[in-house]
Amino acid sequence: MNIYVLVKRTFDTEEKLVISGGKIQEDGAEFIINPYDEYAIEEAINVRDEHGGEVTVITMGGEDAEKQLRTALAMGADKAVLINTEDDVEEMDQFTSAYILAEYLKDKEADLILAGNVAIDGGSGQVGPRVADLLDINYVTTITSLKIEGEKVTIVRDIEGDAEELETSLPLLVTAQQGLNEPRYPSLPGIMKAKKKPLEELELDDLDIDEDDVEAKTETIEIYLPPAKAAGRILEGDISNQVTELVGLLKNEAKVI
Amino acid sequence: MSKKVLVLGETREGSLRNVSFEAIAAAKKVSGGGEVVSVLIGDSVAEFGAELVNYGADRVITVEHPHLKSYTSDGYSQAMMAVIDQEQPEALVFGHTAVGKDLSPKIASKLQTGLISDVTDIEGEGDDAVYIRPIYSGKAFEKVKNKGGIDFITIRPNNIAPLEREERSGDVSSLSVDITNLRTIIQNVVRKSAEGVDLSEAKVIIAGGRGVKSAEGFEPLQELADLLGGAVGASRGACDADYVDYSLQIGQTGKVVTPDLYIAAGISGAIQHLAGMSNSKVIVAINKDPEANIFKVADYGIVGDLFEVIPMLTEEFKKVM
Repeated sequence: MNIYVLVKRTFDTEEKLVISGGKIQEDGAEFIINPYDEYAIEEAINVRDEHGGEVTVITMGGEDAEKQLRTALAMGADKAVLINTEDDVEEMDQFTSAYILAEYLKDKEADLILAGNVAIDGGSGQVGPRVADLLDINYVTTITSLKIEGEKVTIVRDIEGDAEELETSLPLLVTAQQGLNEPRYPSLPGIMKAKKKPLEELELDDLDIDEDDVEAKTETIEIYLPPAKAAGRILEGDISNQVTELVGLLKNEAKVI
Repeated sequence: MSKKVLVLGETREGSLRNVSFEAIAAAKKVSGGGEVVSVLIGDSVAEFGAELVNYGADRVITVEHPHLKSYTSDGYSQAMMAVIDQEQPEALVFGHTAVGKDLSPKIASKLQTGLISDVTDIEGEGDDAVYIRPIYSGKAFEKVKNKGGIDFITIRPNNIAPLEREERSGDVSSLSVDITNLRTIIQNVVRKSAEGVDLSEAKVIIAGGRGVKSAEGFEPLQELADLLGGAVGASRGACDADYVDYSLQIGQTGKVVTPDLYIAAGISGAIQHLAGMSNSKVIVAINKDPEANIFKVADYGIVGDLFEVIPMLTEEFKKVM
């Protein structure tokens, strides 16, 4: 089975955010594989181990993203591709990303493409379905279970807390929701092996993409931090008085009930 | 210039979802005085048309087909694209819901447009509209503008107030669309969420963490939620420990919620959890540990045992409601 995983290198949102010059300061910050993409990588490895084939992880961005690709290889992916957009694309949006990924994937005859259902930085959740539409294959988002028998695919997906069971077929793109699996940590032998696995680097020219074709359709004009919240009030006294006071505050001061 | 805006209306368990009304209010701003047309897709939805008009839609178009009983991206996109073909809108507004999240990127791809997802506020109107959305799990916000072509946004439920309901009149028409080649067959939906109240739209959420200690421990939380017409949520810790299903998880992985009232019981307040709830309007923290991180984002805090405090709260609320 020919399996691809779309991976994004993201700012670890456990880090403190600092904004300067209208941009999030990235110097010295910790970067990780988008946590939802880790579920996608884990699932891809499991599908390959059961059905055979090869797992290729793809990401876009600068050279720095090699680190996340190596981590995916150490988890067990077979090959990695970095589409280096650093020199060619100034402003990217989801249209841009999907277009580039689809151009790469269009002649790869992928049976299964996996991605995270959302990236924790941008949080749009668009790229997976957009790529599927451009490739004219079906997609299922926020999946929590995946079973493949021949061409037949049985899926459970999370729809706002409820579980929807459905049937579809390959080729297919799925996006991973938490609960799909428990992503493994790379083992030491895995990390050693990953150093020797193929990591291909491509630029837009290699994909015959013109910079004008991928111009972003939307524009971020400002990034800002939410106003700091005033310190809350810890109630005092015996518990039953605190409870009475709290209900009074919610009713009369906060006016939420 | 004013814009003609199409708005996706959504139903759930036989009634219109609130987000449908919020989307109409958002569309009014996007339109800058232009026409707002609600679209309802399903197997039997025409009866809901009039109510969308009462909430401000100028017109409603329904697309009904037996194949549209359950949502599938193939079925709904065929229906939506047919309406877009007919109406030639200049903007689209969907809810950032399970359906909206799944459908909007496909439509945006077909229209080759941008899509601004998960909008929580709109500044300006019409051509000057700027969309505000949280990024980095709510730790920052960005203002985004469309660079041309169709303005397409999805709005986060519970953030943009709907218009006042009034008896209004407007045309409700139907469009007949052939729905074919569905590549997904929905077999079953297992309801895991609490009956009636949807976590992402709940005005009140009572959330429990590891401090709840067991599945049974969630019972008093559910009781309080039922009394307040709210929903129960949980931290990752509580889900990992199997006290509740992952479908209730609130946080960076899990749901992002913005209720009017969020009561966190026995939740320490890991940064991943805060990412999912810190934009709630009022936060109450109940925890035995006075140093717990959750108190830093709480408006009101009680240092105490949740098993003592929650039942007392329920009794106290009963008195004032």
